[in-house]
Amino acid sequence: MPHCIETKNLVRVFKGGEKSVVKALDNVSVTIEKGEIFGLLGPNGAGKTTFIKILSTLLLPTSGEAYVEGFNVVKESNRVRRIINLVSGGETPGYGILSVRENLWFFSQLYGLSSSAAKDKIKQLMTQLNFEEYAKVRMNKLSSGYKQRLNLARGLINDPHILFLDEPTLGLDVLTAKNLRDFMVDWAKKDKKGTVLLTTHYMAEADEMCDRVAIIDHGKILACDSPKTLKDNLAKNPSAKLEVASINIDLAFLKTIHGIIGFTQTRNIQTGVTTLRVIASNESALSKIASKMKQENLKVLTISETEPTLEDVYISLVGKGFEEAEATSP
Amino acid sequence: MIEDLVMNLRAAYARLWVRVKGGNREPHWIITEVTVPILSLSAYVYLYKMLNAPAEFAGFVVIGGTMMAFWSNVLWNMSAQFYWEKETGTLQMYLVAPISRMAVLLGMALGGIVNTALRAVGILAVGILIFQVPIFLSNTAVAILIFVLTIISLYALGMLFASLFLMYGREAWHTANLLQEPVHFLSGFYFPVKYLPFTIQLVASAVPITFGLDGIRRVIISGETLVEVLPHIAALIVFIAILMPLAKLALDYMENLGKKEGRLTLRWQ
Repeated sequence: MPHCIETKNLVRVFKGGEKSVVKALDNVSVTIEKGEIFGLLGPNGAGKTTFIKILSTLLLPTSGEAYVEGFNVVKESNRVRRIINLVSGGETPGYGILSVRENLWFFSQLYGLSSSAAKDKIKQLMTQLNFEEYAKVRMNKLSSGYKQRLNLARGLINDPHILFLDEPTLGLDVLTAKNLRDFMVDWAKKDKKGTVLLTTHYMAEADEMCDRVAIIDHGKILACDSPKTLKDNLAKNPSAKLEVASINIDLAFLKTIHGIIGFTQTRNIQTGVTTLRVIASNESALSKIASKMKQENLKVLTISETEPTLEDVYISLVGKGFEEAEATSP
Repeated sequence: MIEDLVMNLRAAYARLWVRVKGGNREPHWIITEVTVPILSLSAYVYLYKMLNAPAEFAGFVVIGGTMMAFWSNVLWNMSAQFYWEKETGTLQMYLVAPISRMAVLLGMALGGIVNTALRAVGILAVGILIFQVPIFLSNTAVAILIFVLTIISLYALGMLFASLFLMYGREAWHTANLLQEPVHFLSGFYFPVKYLPFTIQLVASAVPITFGLDGIRRVIISGETLVEVLPHIAALIVFIAILMPLAKLALDYMENLGKKEGRLTLRWQ
């Protein structure tokens, strides 16, 4: 019995101008089982979309192999396309001049559905995604949230065995994003309709939805396990949240403290407060931060111990948070 | 096998439907699409009248203006369609579907033909009525045959260009721009090609619409018979036999190259 998805030493290199070579995937080997919701978590530019594009037959790997339900994505691409679909966040989900129902009918025809089967499927999807009243509304009149419902309905029109979700909640409001996440989890888990490969840079999304998460950075898988195990493994490394009353801080001094594994910062211009998350190898390293801050004439407003998050896992692996990683990515 | 064929035919029909539906939903385009070409062909008709050219010259211009609608559609809608699909993000949705890319192009072509036929009929009707063009209707079936062959070869050429747009997007745009006016000139949209120097006629014969236009004009304007336009029909069949498989090969090659270079769904290039 083949794995639902399997990649072996997958490498993808992009060549830009002269001397500009980016290794978007670097020997990625993963296996995903049937019915699993598998997340690929990493900052922008980490290689998530490249990975999903190779699996969905939109891109060729430079080397290595990838299989979807045992079919080679390069040599048997058309067999792969029959059993997959891809939904990307922030994309136009069809033709603006057509209504929701017309768009869905159009995409159903790309998978050979008969008119009656398409009609039933469209009705079912619009009911499940709770937007039947928009059936006759033109796509270009829809809000971002409803556009993404349409996009998701399109992705499910062919009853895919494997659904690739590339940043599916990008740019959506909190409530719509939550509704779509719940729907996708129900689709895979409650209704047992298929397998989901999700790419996201939202930690909470990966934590909430995924059975397993692979943390990816600069094309390399740094860790892969259930969110709980990843966080539990970090339990021996204490983490703290600090609020500092300044947004112009040079935090280079943190790196000089022995035992600090990594940190990330968020600057709030409105409140003038910088929030730091710090991961350390021991408690004493954390306690040194406050005194070091004082030496640097920085006012620490609050300091509290925190439960490990997936971002902490990332920080512990890379030494910095997503924002800092994105700022330094090629 | 049959399942695949049905799926591809459904996809082609759906793409045709989108194009026709889109056209019907915003019908105001018909007004500009018909009136603007009539203005430009009127200039040529009055020029010929001023020069006391034979009356059939007006017919040449009207037929040329009618067929020009299809050439413009092939260049700007058919060929460039994958470019627009790429820019709007819908191309990715086609490419992950298990259908032949040729089925999508076939649907686009047929939809384009339906929409352009409206424009063409409008130009033809208005042209004939306003300029009182003398026409022979005794060999209409032959004229229709040449027209159909011209359209098939023209859209096969469009499919070939589509592969360029699929890969090169904006760069291919310049190629289309570059082709528009020279083809207008070489194919003799506004005058008979026989007045061109021999070497230019030779170059013009590389474009299928040259044969199509000349054939239709000979039958409708000059009253020639099937036997007299057989070379035109043969040339158009040769064009179709070459261009269709070439378009499929080019499309497969460009798709593969796009996947290799990572430019297949890359926007704003």
